[in-house]
Amino acid sequence: MTAVTAPTKPGRVAASLPQTIRDILVITRRNLLRNLRLPQLIVLSTIQPIMFLLLFTYVFGGAIGGTLPPAAAGEYINWLIPGLLVQTAAFGAGQTALGLTEDLSKGVIERFRSLPMARSAVLAGRTLSDLIRNGFVISLMMVVGVLIGFRYQTSLAGLVAGMAIAMVFSFAFSWIMATIGLLVKNPEAVQAAIFLPVFPLVFASSVFVPTQTMPSWLRTFADHQPVTVTVDALRGLILGEGALLPGNTVTGQVLLSLFYSALILAAFVPLAVRMYRRSVN
Amino acid sequence: MATPIVRVEGITKTFGGKVKALADVTLEVEPGIIYGLLGPNGAGKTTLIRVLTTLLRPDSGRAEVAGVDVLADPKTARTKIGLAGQFAAVDDYLTGRENVEMVGRLYGLSIAESKRRAGQVLDRIRLDQAADRQVKTYSGGMQRRLDLAASLVGRPEVLFLDEPTTGIDPRSRIDVWELISDLVDGGTTVLLTTQYLDEADQLADRIAVIDEGRLISEGTSDDLKDTLGGSVIELSVPADRQAETIDALRAICGAEPTVHELTSEITVPAAEGAKTLTDVVRTLDAASITPTDIALHKPSLDDVFLTLTGHPAETKTEEEPVPNGRRGRRLRRKT
Ligand SMILES: Nc1ncnc2c1ncn2[C@@H]1O[C@H](COP(=O)(O)OP(=O)(O)OP(=O)(O)O)[C@@H](O)[C@H]1O
Ligand SMILES: [Mg+2]
Repeated sequence: MTAVTAPTKPGRVAASLPQTIRDILVITRRNLLRNLRLPQLIVLSTIQPIMFLLLFTYVFGGAIGGTLPPAAAGEYINWLIPGLLVQTAAFGAGQTALGLTEDLSKGVIERFRSLPMARSAVLAGRTLSDLIRNGFVISLMMVVGVLIGFRYQTSLAGLVAGMAIAMVFSFAFSWIMATIGLLVKNPEAVQAAIFLPVFPLVFASSVFVPTQTMPSWLRTFADHQPVTVTVDALRGLILGEGALLPGNTVTGQVLLSLFYSALILAAFVPLAVRMYRRSVN
Repeated sequence: MATPIVRVEGITKTFGGKVKALADVTLEVEPGIIYGLLGPNGAGKTTLIRVLTTLLRPDSGRAEVAGVDVLADPKTARTKIGLAGQFAAVDDYLTGRENVEMVGRLYGLSIAESKRRAGQVLDRIRLDQAADRQVKTYSGGMQRRLDLAASLVGRPEVLFLDEPTTGIDPRSRIDVWELISDLVDGGTTVLLTTQYLDEADQLADRIAVIDEGRLISEGTSDDLKDTLGGSVIELSVPADRQAETIDALRAICGAEPTVHELTSEITVPAAEGAKTLTDVVRTLDAASITPTDIALHKPSLDDVFLTLTGHPAETKTEEEPVPNGRRGRRLRRKT
């Protein structure tokens, strides 16, 4: 088999846009195949949010139900689902950090860096595949939610738009996680590191309960931070304007959430790319 | 000689301000040969490979691969090279074929072409049977071979193999050797690292010996053996007879015996192999010295390093032309 050896083909030089896109898709496919081949990964990462869903609905539902705005139609689950979608989006983004550190520690990133591929493809492919994966988990949650009584109060279009906002947020969050992964590098250590930004943002927010009962200093933070804004955007789209704090509009919250996501991307994409360049020395 | 396809000039790399991984390394590789980098753990072999494959920027020096300046234009350099690193960088949950096809795609091959090439290299590396199984079911040696297959799929002009046979069983090792030789017959240049002298000997047309980041010897396998004087005798004698034995060995072998610090084992070059051994046994017997252990060994890497670095008092550095006219630094043991 002499064909194996002839060193003739001149390779390509700088990555053009079509090549970049192609490389991103190749990496995305590779990452998604992992999810398909390790179904327990998806199952396990879906069980956790669904467990949250069931626990919160049945444990807190009765106690909290009374304090909810009328837009929730008296059902805690209607209030909870938009919050949990965003929580799942944020937690799910942690996979980006995990996936990157695994690739780093196994030398796969070294191989990629020695190939004439687009430099941006490793990170872009990673965040894209995690977006698709999180979209799957979020959809699954929605199905379980509907099965145990969730009903949107606006329109199907509102529901779909709400899920899209959650996905945008998830994608932006993935880039924060990519930066953390490249900073920490070690797959075990990163497990702990990814919770650092996620826990305060998810719990000091309107994900589980309305913010009215929080102490005022915390409430100021909680009402304005990206997770609450995004959750409120979802609630506005799915439950109607009555679910929002007085004075807030659905459009306002949606735009603010998108603005936050854009801000996160503007800060963390360049940061992650820089860290990636330096990651292997 | 032909224009070198790999040129390394004064490459220095220090990690964290103290570990000098490479110290002013200069070497040239002519096209179409197998070039071996031989050195013990921590010598700097991997560091040099990483510099040449654009993964690491040196502190100073120049590196060129296939006419491309690796530091100034890494993008172009990557189109010319293939790399199989020291540890297999393959995806467990993909099949062998998917792994190789993916790398082909990332080299810029079309889907059809990467499938075709992947089939060829998997066949060639005898992984065709296992190609459609997930890599997590592969043995360590199969994973290394797969890694090698992936490094071939883009038809690189220069192939960098970092310890390609470490962790591979003896039979597969011969397979890999054959494969590498075939590649070179097809025109590829291979730069490989190894810790095994016999591997460098069997495989490499030229060998560079590095230790603690410095190039301490460069030449053909025969050049290297000359510096060693072929086989060595290793023997142990009762402690009270050691001095006497060393004197006898020095006289017979015409070289200075070395004594291992811990085991007190004596090592001495045996220029004429079995004949030298016979002489030694006779002489010791005549002196009523009974060795507790004696053996004739082909030179091991330990011996190379002992000879090349171990005895500054008995060795002398010479600048001398290597056979093809290039300048190379060699240490020759003075006898
Ligand atoms: N990223 C790094 N950071 C710090 N020190 C490093 C790094 N990489 C290598 N070194 C050091 O540089 C020296 C040379 O290492 P290198 O990996 O090149 O050796 P090697 O010849 O490949 O050894 P081995 O046979 O064990 O693979 C060693 O002392 C090593 O500890
Ligand atoms: Mg090494």
